Amino acid sequence: MKVKINGQVSELNLSLSIGQLLEAKGINPGEVVVQYNGEIMEKETWPTTMMKDCDEIEILRFVGGG
Amino acid sequence: MDNLKIDGKEIHNRLFLGTGKFSTDALIPDIIRTSGVQVVTVALRRVDFENQQENMLKYINKECVLMPNTSGARTAEEAVKIARIARAAGCGNWVKIEVIKDNKYLLPDNYETIKATEILAKEGFAVFPYMSPDLMAAREMRDAGAAAIMPLGSPIGSNRGLKTKELVRILIDEIDLPIIVDAGIGRPSEAAEAMEMGAEAVLVNTAIAVANDPAAMAEAFSLAVRAGRLAFLAGPGGVKSSGEASSPLTGFLRDIE
Repeated sequence: MKVKINGQVSELNLSLSIGQLLEAKGINPGEVVVQYNGEIMEKETWPTTMMKDCDEIEILRFVGGG
Repeated sequence: MDNLKIDGKEIHNRLFLGTGKFSTDALIPDIIRTSGVQVVTVALRRVDFENQQENMLKYINKECVLMPNTSGARTAEEAVKIARIARAAGCGNWVKIEVIKDNKYLLPDNYETIKATEILAKEGFAVFPYMSPDLMAAREMRDAGAAAIMPLGSPIGSNRGLKTKELVRILIDEIDLPIIVDAGIGRPSEAAEAMEMGAEAVLVNTAIAVANDPAAMAEAFSLAVRAGRLAFLAGPGGVKSSGEASSPLTGFLRDIE
């Protein structure tokens, strides 16, 4: 299946949860916000939300800014 | 204490710090310490999987008030989306609205900013719209529920100073909300100038970030903002076109002879 993560299309062979995706990318869940198909996700739902074909996921973090 | 009161918070330091452009985020704790700043802006961006950076929030003192900006937004809709994400991330309810379509001068779109202000104020955000200093637009932002108005001094990152002085002065005179001068302030003397004329605070980023010694420059800005505020409260005297002696004009020594 194909999913779009931060604007890039990725081909996934197996279904992953959002929590597993973050782990695979080496991201500390405490430091990011996830938007799933345009909706902000509650952190509690990350481990149980399985990605589906054509999902769009945005993983965001705070950076320096003025 | 002469605190700035916004949205139930007491702000004791009227220098607001932008955190972009520092050579390393590790400089930030020293800058917060030397300047004593309390309000700090941050931005929200996509995680770069190829080049992951450390979490910059760890460098910001927990007592600071975080003010995420909506930089990157080109429309009210995008700004609203960014603000909601920032709040969901646990950054509190302060947001600096920044809607910019102009890539050369980075001037804000007041019209879209008014729309975003209205939506977010209704959702309970303390909204700080960054704007081109225009009285009509500022009135609409106030009526839309803004917590303060943030007119630019000159283009973002230009260090050109308070080029919009007369327009900002009109906002200070006419708008019954705190006016916080944001963008373009390049030197502490310019920050003091804004405060002397009655701005309630000044937001500085580039001028501190690109200084040879950012922590020392942050301290200089903090002192200048404080000096300007004290001068405003003290009430500067009037301006005259000719001289007026400071010493008495009687009892000169030459009169004895």
